[in-house]
This record gives sequence, structure tokens and C-alpha cells, in this order.
Amino acid sequence: MALVDERVAAARAGTERGQAPGAPGWWSRYGTALFFMGPALLMVALFFVAPVVITLGMSFTDMATTTGLSNWNWSGLDNYERMARGSFTLLILGNTIFYVAVTLAFNILAGLGIALLSTHVEPRTGGLFRAIWLLPRISPSVVYALMWTWAAAAPPYGVINQLVEPFGVEGRYWINTDPWLMVLLVNGFVGASFGMLVFTSAIRSIPEELFRAAWVDGASAWQIVRRITLPLLKWPILFVLTYQTMSLFSSYEYIYLITNGGPGLYVTEVWSLWAFHTALNSYFGNLEFGYGSALAAVLVVMGLVVSFVLLRLFRFNDLVSEPRIEIT
Amino acid sequence: MIVQTTPPPDLPPLARLAPPSATPRWLSGLGQVLPYVVLVVFTLPILLLYAWLAASSFFTRMEGLRPAGPFTLENWRFLWAPETVEALANKPPVIPLTINTLVFSLATAGVVLLISSMAGYALSRLFFPGRRIFLGSVLLLHSFPSVTLLIATFMVIRQLGLYDTLIGVILVKAAFEVPLGIWIMKGFFDTVPWELEMAALVDGAGRITTWWRIVMPLVRPGLLALGLLAFVSGWNEFLLPFIFMPSGSQATLSLLVRALLGEGRFVDYGLLTAVGLYYVAPVMLLFLFAQDQLMKIYGGGVKG
Repeated sequence: MALVDERVAAARAGTERGQAPGAPGWWSRYGTALFFMGPALLMVALFFVAPVVITLGMSFTDMATTTGLSNWNWSGLDNYERMARGSFTLLILGNTIFYVAVTLAFNILAGLGIALLSTHVEPRTGGLFRAIWLLPRISPSVVYALMWTWAAAAPPYGVINQLVEPFGVEGRYWINTDPWLMVLLVNGFVGASFGMLVFTSAIRSIPEELFRAAWVDGASAWQIVRRITLPLLKWPILFVLTYQTMSLFSSYEYIYLITNGGPGLYVTEVWSLWAFHTALNSYFGNLEFGYGSALAAVLVVMGLVVSFVLLRLFRFNDLVSEPRIEIT
Repeated sequence: MIVQTTPPPDLPPLARLAPPSATPRWLSGLGQVLPYVVLVVFTLPILLLYAWLAASSFFTRMEGLRPAGPFTLENWRFLWAPETVEALANKPPVIPLTINTLVFSLATAGVVLLISSMAGYALSRLFFPGRRIFLGSVLLLHSFPSVTLLIATFMVIRQLGLYDTLIGVILVKAAFEVPLGIWIMKGFFDTVPWELEMAALVDGAGRITTWWRIVMPLVRPGLLALGLLAFVSGWNEFLLPFIFMPSGSQATLSLLVRALLGEGRFVDYGLLTAVGLYYVAPVMLLFLFAQDQLMKIYGGGVKG
């Protein structure tokens, strides 16, 4: 023990003095750490740090298929001006906010509902229902989109038509007639599982005595949920809310697969899909990397800010404890 | 974050505790049945989707959930007689695609496991400058929506000369999974008692030997859980091969399903569902056998 403590103290003293790499003893002290951390540092540098810098940098250029990857010019704030003046910017911004708000509400409410109900019923059955709700998440996105495309298919194929016909709703190809409904359903059902799992483990960690006491005092099931469970779920709900807001703003995979932003011009286009279309998957063949990067940069900056807030808000720093053993 | 905490035992269902109030019997009966009814109704859409996927692949024609033709295995003949399937005429054959998908997901899982367990070990056991900052940024990166970086990643991949190669896609996929992986593995290393390790170190074994020979075998459950997660995530991946391997020389199954689906409204649903079911089946089987691990790990960190 003593040996370890001394070494730890020595190692810490070393860093506090701010020893530079290359100073005598630096390699023998931190070489091992560098070996273990090297690959991860390289990955983070190549695929996180560099892309963030490149996204921001490219957003100030006119780089596109027409300029090639070598003949581009710095264009100052042109891309951002174009974004602000663009005739579709407001439409797409509105779409994005609508999509995020409604999907988020669906995800949180469904996640909360399934978590509450599945912990209320017999445990094995509850677990089965949670497993079913996780299915969309663990299925390939293309297969999940395939199932919904069929469900929305025109008569006589689609099951949605079969289900609503008895209520006098006319059969139709839902993706064309009600694209938003489909986008929201597809994303709603796949996104609910995240909240469901977080809320389930939060509900399970509530001491059972609280429920028993309330029950003995004559509280109804609804009162228990309202007065005990929900208040104790405040932090998990806030966490899921923040986390999913950010991931919804940046996600477009399912929209791409279901409507690809259509039908018609930008009807279900959201911001992240717009960036993707502009820079990587253009209708017009000209991939505008610069403009697309400016569109993405908005999301990148937002992602960084929200991630940082999450990190602070949920005190992740407390989890970052000092290592317990140190022999170099 | 939730991964390494063992969940408390299940609560006994509240419904079994005797309700103290004098509700009529039929009403308290209703109170017990109602949660199940609500659960079934809300879960029904998901069940219907999967039920149709399975049914449709075994009938010549389906109208909604009603089979409108006889039972058949014809839809599955892409497995034994791919040359007779018209829709697949100018598509890469399914078996090589499956092998590509398998290689892609196994390689992704391998890279993620190696990098995460190395960095996770260092963060759990070693002291070095920048440790806290790196640990904080791992969490930051984990919640950061990496999909927003794809345009710039495209440039990085081109610069590395890995555009249109499976290796490039594997590296990007692995990189996006690594922050969660490091965090999970650090959690597992933290729970390993260090007496054994210290004994080995004091006996003169090097750090690397100790890590590989002594500590790694002790975190097998963590490696299994993370490996499963990375494998499933790789198996399902669509956007990365779609964007970074446009020529499709080493295409994966997701690209085939997408191509078949994208061919318009009058697609051959029999074939499409058979291919879809074939594609999703391995994940379903894994889920069946490793449900607990996957549930825990998905609760700890999923984007979407």
C-alpha cells in the first residue's frame, strides 16, 4: 500500500509541475499510458476533432463538385448569408421544429407510459412488452422502414387501410397523402425505447417502501404515479428530454428512408436531411460541400453546446473519479 | 451509465397487494386487467409490423394481414436459385453480401473492443496528464450527434485514401462507437479488485502483460456486452456504407434492401420481406439469447 501511495504522490507531483513531453523521465512515466491511449486518441482526433474543425472551416468556402476538392475559394460568410436569405430556410426550420417537438412528445409519453405500465404488471410480462418495444431499435433501419412502407401501402395492400376502413376512412397511399403522419409514427415508435429503458431503471430504483406506504394509506394507483413516481422521475425525464432533443435535431435516417423529404418540394425536409442532401446526396448532381457544411455547422455547434450542458447538468464529473492504482 | 449498476430485484406487482378500499369486485378486476389492455393496444402496431414481415415472406401475395395466395417458399429462392429471381438480376448476390455484412460487423466489433478496452484500462488504472479532460470528453462525444459530422468525415476518409473501401467504413463506424465503448469498459475495469493485478505488477510483470493476461479475462462480461452491441450496430448500419461506399463493391445487406425498396411503389413484397427477414433474423436470435445484456446496454446509451 505504502509503495503505491508514494508512487501516486510522486506521479501527481510530476504533473503538477507540468512536465513537458521529452523531459527526462516523461517517457518512462507516461509511455505506458500513451500506448494504451494512443489508438483511442487517434480515433478521436481523426473522426471527431478533425471533422468538427473541417465542418467549420469548409462552411466558409465555396467547395462543391463544380470547384473540385482543390480549386475552391474562401467565401467568407456567403454560405451563412445564403442560408439566412434562402427561400426554403424558414419552411425547413419550421418542419424541423415541428418534427422534433411532436416526435419528442410521442417518445417521452410513450416511453413513460410503457415504463410505468410494464413495471406495474407482472414482471415477466412487463419485460416481454419492453423487449417488443426495443425491437424497432435493434432492427436494421432499412427493414423497419420497409415494414412501415408496406403498412402505408395503397389498397388492397396496406394494413393501415385495412385497420381504418371500418371507420369509414378512404383507402390511400399514406406516404403520399399524409407524409407527416408517417414520419412521426415511424420515428415515434423507434425512439420511445430509449426513454422507456431509462425510466424503467429509474422506477426500479425507487425504494419499495414508498409504494407500500402509499398503498396502505389508501392511495389509488393513479395517485401513486402522480405523487410519488413522477416527481422522482424528474431528473431522468429531463435527461431523456435534452438528449433526445439533440439527437432528433441531427437524425434523418428514417425520414430519408420513408419520404426522403418529399413528396413534393421540401414537404418533410428537416434541417439535418437538408445538409445531407446539399452536400452528399443532391438531386441536382452538384454536391455543395461548403454550403452543406454551413448547414451542418449549425447542428454541430448546437450538438457541442447541448452535450456540454448535459455533461454539467447531470454531474458526469462526479463519475470521473481518480484511478485507484498507479505503479509506473 | 446504467450499464455497470446491477438492477435491483423486480418490485412485486402492486396489483397483488390487497387494495384497502372497498371497491366493487368487478371494478378492482378491471383495475388489474386495464394495464394489460393498454399495453397490448399500444404495442399492437409493432407486433403487426413484425407479424406481417414474417407472414408476407411465406405467401405468394398478401393483402394487408390477409394472405391472398397460397403458402409458398418461392420468395426465399434467392437463397438457392438466385439466378431465377428477376428483381435481383442486376444486384450483387445475397450470399457475398451476407459475408460482407458479417465481416463489417465483426471487424467493427473487434476494433471497438480493442480500442475501448485499452483506453478504458488506462482511464481506470493509470494516472497521466489530461486524464480527467479525456474522460470528460469521452462522455461529451458519446452524447454528441456524430451523424452531423458525416460531410467532414467524407473529406477525412478521402484524404486517407479509404473512400469506397470497407476498411474506411469500418474505421468510421468503430470511431462513432468508441466513446460509449470506453465508458463501458472503464466501468467494468473499475469493478475489478486490483489485488491480483498488483501482485502481478509487484512480481515484475509489465503493464501490458498484466492487462492482457490478468485483467482482460476478468472483464469478459463487459467485453461480451460491448461486443454484442457493436456487432448489432454494425450489422444494422445503413448510412455509412451508403455514403462512403457508393460503388457498392463491398456492399452490405442494408444497401440491397434499400435498393429493392427504392424501386418504386410496385415492389415485389414477397421477395422484399423474405430478404428483410433474412437480414433481421440474426439480430433477432441474438436478442432472444442475450436480451438482458442488450437491454441494459441500450438503456445506457443509444442515440435516436
